[in-house]
Amino acid sequence: MRLALERRAERSIVMALVSPLLAIALTLATGALLFWLLGKPPLQALKIYFLDPLAEIPQLFSGKRSELFFLPEIIVKATPLVLIAVGLSLCYLANAWNIGAEGQFLAGAITGGWLAVVTHGTGAGYWVLPAMLVLGALGGAAYALIPALLKVRFGASEILTSLMLVYVAELLLDYLVRGPWRDPKGFNFPTTAEFDPVAAMPTLIEGSRLHLGAIIALLVVIWATVMLGRTLRGFEIKLVGAAPRAARFAGFNDKTLTVLTFAISGALAGLAGIIEVSATVNHLQPNISPGYGFTAIIVAFLGRLNPVGILVAALFLALTFIGGESAQIALKVPLDLTKVFQGILLFYVLACDTLILYRFRVLLAPKAVHGVH
Amino acid sequence: MGFIEAILLTVITASTPLLLAASGELVVERAGVLNLGVEGMMIVGAACGFAGAYHTGSIAIGALCGIFAGMLLSAVFAAVTLGLAANQVASGLALTILGVGLSGLIGAGYIGQKIDGAAHLYIPYITDIPLLGKVIFGENAFVYFSVALIIGIWYFLYRTKAGLVLRAVGDNHASAHALGYPVLKIRTLAVLFGGGCAGLGGAYLPLAYTPFWVSGMTSGRGWIALALVVFASWLPFRLMIGAYLFGGITILQLHAQAFGLGIPSQLMSSLPYLATIVVLVAISWWRGRAGSPAPASLGLAFVPDR
Repeated sequence: MRLALERRAERSIVMALVSPLLAIALTLATGALLFWLLGKPPLQALKIYFLDPLAEIPQLFSGKRSELFFLPEIIVKATPLVLIAVGLSLCYLANAWNIGAEGQFLAGAITGGWLAVVTHGTGAGYWVLPAMLVLGALGGAAYALIPALLKVRFGASEILTSLMLVYVAELLLDYLVRGPWRDPKGFNFPTTAEFDPVAAMPTLIEGSRLHLGAIIALLVVIWATVMLGRTLRGFEIKLVGAAPRAARFAGFNDKTLTVLTFAISGALAGLAGIIEVSATVNHLQPNISPGYGFTAIIVAFLGRLNPVGILVAALFLALTFIGGESAQIALKVPLDLTKVFQGILLFYVLACDTLILYRFRVLLAPKAVHGVH
Repeated sequence: MGFIEAILLTVITASTPLLLAASGELVVERAGVLNLGVEGMMIVGAACGFAGAYHTGSIAIGALCGIFAGMLLSAVFAAVTLGLAANQVASGLALTILGVGLSGLIGAGYIGQKIDGAAHLYIPYITDIPLLGKVIFGENAFVYFSVALIIGIWYFLYRTKAGLVLRAVGDNHASAHALGYPVLKIRTLAVLFGGGCAGLGGAYLPLAYTPFWVSGMTSGRGWIALALVVFASWLPFRLMIGAYLFGGITILQLHAQAFGLGIPSQLMSSLPYLATIVVLVAISWWRGRAGSPAPASLGLAFVPDR
């Protein structure tokens, strides 16, 4: 007796909804096992990781909103994830494999941050922040265009080139904050001067870190939903990925689309980068991202490459960042555990997605003997 | 003379982890599977290799731990991509994210610890021959193994029936299946082999390159190994040339930094990554006219009809 995959007659709509939930449930079960192996009480650990940050929800309605900590923080962490993952989902739908969003995030932080650095102390007006956002998006897009153009012009694997450029962006940022852009009054720390107030993202609630970027991320989700569902361009993106041959007959050009989706996802990653820097860090320094560009890949898949799904998935993965920090303090577990959870989650998501197109079948008879007759 | 010898020695030292990891991936891709998780398997191999050697005092046991860890991770990848026909690109990324996290967990207790690195061969008089004596007869066991591995892979792929079947599976899984070859079983074995090689390549770093554990110590070598397979057009001996070329770039970068040419160190450090891009572009462009030599079924999922 053995198990075999069998293709379903049509894709299962039930499984399409259930599979992300199943993946999360399996991740939690595996997480409990992992905590047990690390010698920590599994249930209590899972509670600290995934439930305690949500314990504030009743407080939302009781009026003491200014004392909230975890909920705004989850949204703060989800903001860059949503922005990046929406862009990546367009790439993946069109079968273009941008995995260097982390580099485009840094590129946006650098190009946008440049304006904050050169206008520092000059008394520049309120045009600075909007200009920084535009520059950040342009910087990210330009950086993403490198692998896209190398792909369509020379056929170089965009997977490898976009990934290599992550390391290059990290080194470039490191050079800038240790060299030409270093704050002369910064006691030799590798950081630029603090951004002026006109270069800082406004907060939404007094006293919390919740900032305007969350609204921008929501607008991007709405834009992507409309674009994918209601426009010819959206249809083209989905068709080129799902049926390249049919798309070619329809006159759609997959090369143009590779360049376009890379540019959009680069722009969104760059925008996420400059938003993150101007809203939470407020200066440039070597470590401005806990790996948002890579986590966003998981978000894109967990959200089933759908903008609204991505919004929900980003909130869940933001929760793992927050929970990881709490668990590090409360249980003395390394912060790397969060990455382990994220990796396991992506595996389960991909595995469960198989059930949308296939079902398991138990074969009782021994395998038929194939051979040349 | 002494200077050239020193450079040759360091080039080989820097190339060996790339060669080990890339030769495994070459076999995996020849079987039609694209495992992008080399970086993850390498870094876990490095952490487990160090832990094994630290507790037993034996480099060989450390290396075995690295191999085993790499195989274990690749088994997860095989289960998801081969057993469940999941997307190979995304699964490879998941493997890398998981591996980087796991290596941090495993290595946390070993930060700041040291071990004695792998011993170098010494044959009296022969190793002392100027210029090439030490380069050829004075390396550690990993280096000799990596060369033997490449020769073994070449022999397997082009001189044995099993190798021919493996290549057939990679070039056209439907035909191989129709001929009665167990496509998924062959691919699983290839993926496990690739995992072992990546784990060993990772273990090389703390066991023979720098005798301590640093988190993130593979620093993109797994990705460079993937690029090397493309550069080599999936041919074993060209892979060896490519690996030594890349090791050379790494060393060039280190020596140039030591000279203090006034070039920012970050620019020098980014050389291996930039070189990877340039090489990928050059090889793809040059090859664009002749057609790609990539295995035709590379990266495609296969679900057998019963």
